[in-house]
Amino acid sequence: MMWNWFHKLASPPHFYRLAGIFAPWLLWPALIMLVIGMYGGLVLAPPDYQQGDGFRIIYVHVPSAYLSTMIYSVMAITSGIGLIWRIKLAFAVAASAAPIGASFTALALVSGMLWGKPMWGTYWEWDPRLTSELVLLFIYFGYMSLRASFEDLSKADRASGLLAVIGVVNLPIIHYSVVWWSSLHQGPSIGKLGAPSISGDMLWPLLLLIAASTLFFGAMLLYRVRAEVLDREHNARWVENLLGDTPGEE
Amino acid sequence: MNPGRFFFAIVLRELQVAFKRWGDLASPLMFFVIVSSLFPLALSPKHEVLRNLGPAVLWIAALLATLLSLNALFRTDIEDGTMEQLVLSPYPLTLAIFAKTVAHWLLNGLPLVVLAPALAVTYYLPAEGVRALCLTLLIGTPTLSLLGAVGAALTAGVRQSGGLLALLVLPLMLPVLMFGARATDLAGSGEQIAGPVYLLAALLLLALSLLPFATAAAVRISLD
Repeated sequence: MMWNWFHKLASPPHFYRLAGIFAPWLLWPALIMLVIGMYGGLVLAPPDYQQGDGFRIIYVHVPSAYLSTMIYSVMAITSGIGLIWRIKLAFAVAASAAPIGASFTALALVSGMLWGKPMWGTYWEWDPRLTSELVLLFIYFGYMSLRASFEDLSKADRASGLLAVIGVVNLPIIHYSVVWWSSLHQGPSIGKLGAPSISGDMLWPLLLLIAASTLFFGAMLLYRVRAEVLDREHNARWVENLLGDTPGEE
Repeated sequence: MNPGRFFFAIVLRELQVAFKRWGDLASPLMFFVIVSSLFPLALSPKHEVLRNLGPAVLWIAALLATLLSLNALFRTDIEDGTMEQLVLSPYPLTLAIFAKTVAHWLLNGLPLVVLAPALAVTYYLPAEGVRALCLTLLIGTPTLSLLGAVGAALTAGVRQSGGLLALLVLPLMLPVLMFGARATDLAGSGEQIAGPVYLLAALLLLALSLLPFATAAAVRISLD
């Protein structure tokens, strides 16, 4: 029963149809929540007593930092599923997630740097979290370049999938290494602003925005996988039937 | 032939093949020496500058030299069919891959450990620093070989793989670099280095237990 459902989901035409149905149901709530959350965060929430209005950048920074790692785990899990059960659709999901994840990682880095300038007095600090976020961006780039360098799709899928799985074992190691490394560092430690417990009217927009960007990611992922599936199956009969004409036949 | 003899036969073969082409063998080591000697010329020959930067420079040079030596690790064997024979042999592919990685370390990692003290002296590292550099390289370079082998196996089927290999492997090598250079630095200023050295050893054990399997899987992907 369960397996039946799983196999049906993994069939490209079925998934294509299902994703088309679900994507708008993720996208519209995401956009509505985004607008409400942004209004709550940028207008309603009071300025921070220490950081003034500068703290508001967390409404972009925290959701993107959270998504940068969440999307990587989606990528690694789907790659693992693809490698173990040889499901091509799982690789299509992983491949579609990577550019979204890399974008959120870049956004988290840039927003962190913009926050760092007024708060720390510098755009960049070799802080453990910044450093491991940067390494995460490199790993996304490595995954995407490895995919792009193969002509054979199935090889590209499996090689990059293996890399994603190796990366997921390595990411915690890299993260904790950076943390321990900086605790070995003897240089002056930057005076980090203590994390005061966040007040309710600052918190709800943040939670709402985290939920909104997760849904937004889900919608983007579904749209991208739909395109990816069409591209991969462009010779299949169901695509021919779906699109009417037969561009592949000349 | 029992698995142990199979393992040693492959290590021996790798060494023999490598010594026939000793130019390939020497160039990463020459690279190590040349890169290390560029820094004093570009920075300044002041003793205290070099003593502060020495651990980092020597470790980075060792990392890049390892990277340089990885490109041909599996490529020739895949192209001339040797790898297919290893896959068909009754022994696990992981064992053969592990033997090749061990040979790679003997040919590339170990010479770095031997060369490092001479270079460390030109950076005016104190005796404790030199000792720590050798120790960390001895524990760290096998991890670099194991990590590099995965990258080499993943990119074996790709034509222009040099830059790609660096992009894949360097982020994964970061922890080794950080602890190795940090321990050398700490030892130079007379501090305890047990912490980073234990962490390096832990990384090596983890790499030894997992990466040969991943490398064998990557070789299989590159083969078909």
